[in-house]
Amino acid sequence: MNTAPPTALAARLRHALSGGRRHRPLPDRPAPGTPVAETRGLHVRLGGREVLAGIGLDVRAGEVLALVGPNGAGKSTLLAALAADLPAAAGVVLIGGRPAAGRSAADLALRRAVLPQAASLSFPFPVAEVVRMGRAPWAGTPLADEDEAAVAAAMAATEVGELAGRPYSALSGGERARVALARVLAQRTALLLLDEPTAALDLRHQELVLRICRERAAAGDAVAVVLHDLGLAAAYADRAAVLAGGRLAAVGPPAEVFRDGLLSRVYRQPVEVLPHPRTGAPLVVPVRESAARPGSPPHAPPDSPPGSPPDAPPDAPPALDL
Amino acid sequence: MAVSERPATRPATAAPAAAPAAAPVAAPAEPRPRTALWLTLGLLLALAALCLLSAGLGAYEIPVADVLGSARHRLGLGGAALDRTAESVLWNVRLPRVVLALLVGASLGCAGALMQGVFGNPLAEPGVIGISAGAAVGAVAAIALGLSFLGTWTVTACAFAAGLGTVTLVYVLSRAGGRTEVVTLILTGIAVNAFAGALIGLCLFFADNAQLTQITFWQLGSLAQATWPKVLAVLPCAATGLLLAPLYARRLDLLALGERPARHLGVDVERLRLVLVLVVALLTAAAVAVAGIISFVGLLVPHLLRMAHGPGHRFLIPGSALAGALVLVAGDLAARTVAPPAELPLGVLTALFGSPFFFLLLRRTRRRQGGWA
Repeated sequence: MNTAPPTALAARLRHALSGGRRHRPLPDRPAPGTPVAETRGLHVRLGGREVLAGIGLDVRAGEVLALVGPNGAGKSTLLAALAADLPAAAGVVLIGGRPAAGRSAADLALRRAVLPQAASLSFPFPVAEVVRMGRAPWAGTPLADEDEAAVAAAMAATEVGELAGRPYSALSGGERARVALARVLAQRTALLLLDEPTAALDLRHQELVLRICRERAAAGDAVAVVLHDLGLAAAYADRAAVLAGGRLAAVGPPAEVFRDGLLSRVYRQPVEVLPHPRTGAPLVVPVRESAARPGSPPHAPPDSPPGSPPDAPPDAPPALDL
Repeated sequence: MAVSERPATRPATAAPAAAPAAAPVAAPAEPRPRTALWLTLGLLLALAALCLLSAGLGAYEIPVADVLGSARHRLGLGGAALDRTAESVLWNVRLPRVVLALLVGASLGCAGALMQGVFGNPLAEPGVIGISAGAAVGAVAAIALGLSFLGTWTVTACAFAAGLGTVTLVYVLSRAGGRTEVVTLILTGIAVNAFAGALIGLCLFFADNAQLTQITFWQLGSLAQATWPKVLAVLPCAATGLLLAPLYARRLDLLALGERPARHLGVDVERLRLVLVLVVALLTAAAVAVAGIISFVGLLVPHLLRMAHGPGHRFLIPGSALAGALVLVAGDLAARTVAPPAELPLGVLTALFGSPFFFLLLRRTRRRQGGWA
């Protein structure tokens, strides 16, 4: 295509302008169980308010870590801090064993991929192009040879292969969410940070996304995922971190952490935790007094029907960000 | 409240797990590289033809064969020199004008594509959002105050400084929460254009008659005063901008995802923005310093190319430079030859064709968004 002329001068110029990314050392694959990212005594302030207060948490290679908690608990902020998007007011975020704040954007892009809550696109790129953008960090490295394979695999895993030629702006909200996930998967980093990847998805695709998380963890990657659905978290996460008011209320395997008392207190809603009759995994159910009597109106307020995450964005495709 | 069972553990929903892996995914190829090639070739051919035509046509007609012959003669490749008048018209009047049209058009087209990429908004354009007017303030002030501290480069330098200030101002004013909304951008453009207009009016008020004539042409936009020194005056600005711009194409693609996602993909967004704002100011200053305010080229050209080949910036940026040059050479040819012996101001001509297009674009954007609010 029409890029700069392939003269030595242009190559040198481009090299200098791209921050010399051609000779960056590539990150090693982390050993299973070692922390890929961790926070130590992390405090984050946003707009003068302390959103995270003293978080110490690690995301380990080979595991899925679910971040759960009520609205405004600081889940997305913690994820953004792990992604090195937000400066720490106190404490430190380590990625690959070194402070994230000291790493360049290009270096970080080889180590972590981030799925934002809302995925907008200014121009109507075709879906395949959007997914291919996930390979940008590897341009000029030996791993650029994997580009096509990584893109094809990510599109197959998220079932967006058939959309490849469609413009992103013509997709539904759920399709966009899966394309955005495919882009993040194609980046093939050892750390995946997903902010509510299931919010816009139907039941089947929610399961699909969490299965992908498990596969990536089984392949040795570290996955941190913000979830509202405690059932999904219980079924798929190795560990769950329960946040409340900017602090860690509990961290551990879902079967240990998801207790009636803790969840009822954190969510300020009485819940019951029952073992699944067949698998024994915890099921989290709010206590409903007039529960499920046919014909009786549900107790929940009319604008949040039971079963849907309370602050999930509407499924309507967001307006193209023009 | 979060309520859920675990459907995954049920055989009924676990079954489709195996199915998606079988879905065939053709390894997606590079998008339409052929169209890019053909478009580039077509644009280059059309540009060459129009340049020849433009060099020959006018009040003093020179046949295309003679133009080629004279060019070959000058290059020492045979051919023959024309008579003194024809030679002078061709080399001292026509060619500087054609070259200037090429430079200005390429600068405007490229600046439009870059600016739309940086703002993430297809309505951003140096003329519409007031960058051209801002740069014109610098140029007009340089003339009205009789500045000459940098020789022939004074006007260009002043246009650049003022243009840079304006881009920065518009950028800061029109962005909120990491994105630029259409309404904010257009309204900022109105405010900036009004302010720049007032400043130009002030300069006019204090200018003497000779300066007044010189200044009036900025407000209309024209290439009528093209000379080789003028070409030299803008060449450094235009060439630097045009050579730097394609280097940022890939990063502009990523910026379409938003600032944070672009940073997650390794783009140093702050630096990218800084460099591109500089490049846009360079290109706009180059165009405005010699040709005045010529609007809508930077809006129309990238938009048409996006429709032909998609929004990828690796083609869009060099393509917009090419197509911008084409539009301006054609526009200038029309301005000179439509109503002889009079000459239409080029800026008036581009606005005449560009404004309705802008209107259409606005309507389309509005429909797609379902309103501005």
